[in-house]
Amino acid sequence: MSESLFSKKNLKLIKDPLNDSNPITVQVLGICSALAITVKVETAFVMAVSVIAVTAGSNVIVSLLRNVIPSRIRIIVQLVIVASLVILVDQVLKAFVYDVSKQLSVFVGLIITNCIIMGRLEAFALANKPWASFMDGVGNGVGYGLILVIVAFFREIFGSGTLTLPGIGKIEILTSLAENTGYQHNGLMILPPMALITVGVYIWIQRSRNRKLIENH
Amino acid sequence: MKVLDDMMQKLKPKADGKFPLAYTVWDGMYTFLFVPGHTNKNGVHIKDGIDLKRTMVMVIIALIPALLFGIYNVGHQHFLAVGNVLQDAHVCEMFWDKFIFGALKVLPLIIVSYGVGLGIEFVFAAFNKHSIQEGFLVSGMLIPLIVPVDVPLWMVAVATIFAVIIGKEVFGGTGMNIVNVALTARAFLFFAYPTKMSGDEVWVSTTLEEGQQLVDGFSGATPLAKAVEGGTEALNNMNASVMESFIGFIPGSIGETSTLAIGLGALLLLITGIASWRIMLSTIVGGYVMAMLFNLWGANPFMELSPIHQLVIGGFAFGAVFMATDPVTGSQTNTGKYIYGFLIGVFAIMIRVFNPAYPEGMMLAILFMNIMAPLIDHYVVEANIKRRLKRVSVNA
Repeated sequence: MSESLFSKKNLKLIKDPLNDSNPITVQVLGICSALAITVKVETAFVMAVSVIAVTAGSNVIVSLLRNVIPSRIRIIVQLVIVASLVILVDQVLKAFVYDVSKQLSVFVGLIITNCIIMGRLEAFALANKPWASFMDGVGNGVGYGLILVIVAFFREIFGSGTLTLPGIGKIEILTSLAENTGYQHNGLMILPPMALITVGVYIWIQRSRNRKLIENH
Repeated sequence: MKVLDDMMQKLKPKADGKFPLAYTVWDGMYTFLFVPGHTNKNGVHIKDGIDLKRTMVMVIIALIPALLFGIYNVGHQHFLAVGNVLQDAHVCEMFWDKFIFGALKVLPLIIVSYGVGLGIEFVFAAFNKHSIQEGFLVSGMLIPLIVPVDVPLWMVAVATIFAVIIGKEVFGGTGMNIVNVALTARAFLFFAYPTKMSGDEVWVSTTLEEGQQLVDGFSGATPLAKAVEGGTEALNNMNASVMESFIGFIPGSIGETSTLAIGLGALLLLITGIASWRIMLSTIVGGYVMAMLFNLWGANPFMELSPIHQLVIGGFAFGAVFMATDPVTGSQTNTGKYIYGFLIGVFAIMIRVFNPAYPEGMMLAILFMNIMAPLIDHYVVEANIKRRLKRVSVNA
């Protein structure tokens, strides 16, 4: 092997999707699930982990098969691989975190339609070696999950006044304020439009800090 | 005038001094008091004699009748609810008590709305190093007029922050916003805090002093809510017949109840040419036509409500005069204005009648058409280009 597993180039594959080429805020992929499952931090976190597993797994498998897949039917092959992985993830969730799996309902199955996964397979895994593809998959999955958890954090705190952390359970944060003073939870935060606006505000902050993302027309 | 001018000039801070905000605030105040003497350095520009600040002030003046009436009506409804005045007493009974009670309720809303909104404008102006944009002058007055009287002040503050930042500043400030700022604030309140923005308990101020109690049979429902239940008959029973609703002593958002007071404002806007008569007219026509169609259908009592009655209850008149005519968010082309206004009227009545969860359709109709306005303009312009292209003969 000519270069080490965690060379600069490989680490860049993980770091870039966190900021410079974040799948949600820069590539604008996978928006729909970001709107649907970010009402609670716990569901967002579980969803993020599932997506990381699927992107990483499918990237590796497709990358291993990249020289055997005929390019005409590559989409079908990719779909089969992604679908099998999604079913696996779904079964694991049902076995170990049944409650969250029930809340996520159809959205676990819908990971297969998440544009990030197909996008990374087409753009990266088909042309790169398995290890690099793995790093790319993990990076994009984490970049996606990061936004999910941040959005869910604000939506849950202001929408229901609690924080449901995975493994810890529900923490009451603003509920006593709502009971004792005139404070009311913001119902709009729970509705999907507010997720879009939260993502928008995140993009605003990200771009004002990271000047190279601003397009010059 | 000269004295004031000299005083302002003396106060003028340096533009690039220690406090950029100080200059921004000074510049904002100065151009508010005096038409600025700046001239263009290059090229020929055609300008109207009246600039944006003067336009805004005219709209504020047009809002004054609705505001004063709103203040009085807040007191009137309160004293009716606690039984200090009777329903069939003369409306001028306890005139000053009602007016002062209303003023104490409404002024805090206005102060919060202006304070928060202008604060954000100042900060953004200083950050972006441009002069203060006066767009909030009107929005700041509209926001208190379209909320129920007992809405908590902090909610108004949050909604104003949301509307000014998300509704306007992210698009580039005054003149760049896609949706009406005041309505964005109201929509935010409506969806975020529904218990304070809808239902039967928020429209009349029922803060009781010791020994007071609500009169028997007090409901606090707005004419819109009553009309859903029982149509014309229910409205006449609650003293909201066509004439009574037109004059406006009915429960509702602060400034929206009196079609008469709004009409006075509309008259001023139309005479000065600030608001588009095309939008106003077509909105009213649209609402009338839709209400008439529902009359023909007549599936429930609300549908049978006469078109005129539909136009004088709820926020229809206020929306048609002060919201739909917003020159920034409305259609720009003349043909577009007719389509835009007509559809606002149609949708407002349609939402009212079909969806009991949203008794006031005007807000949603205007916001929806705000988003559609650029599309309408696009097709109007395209059609015009096509029409004129036909006249061109190409001699190859």
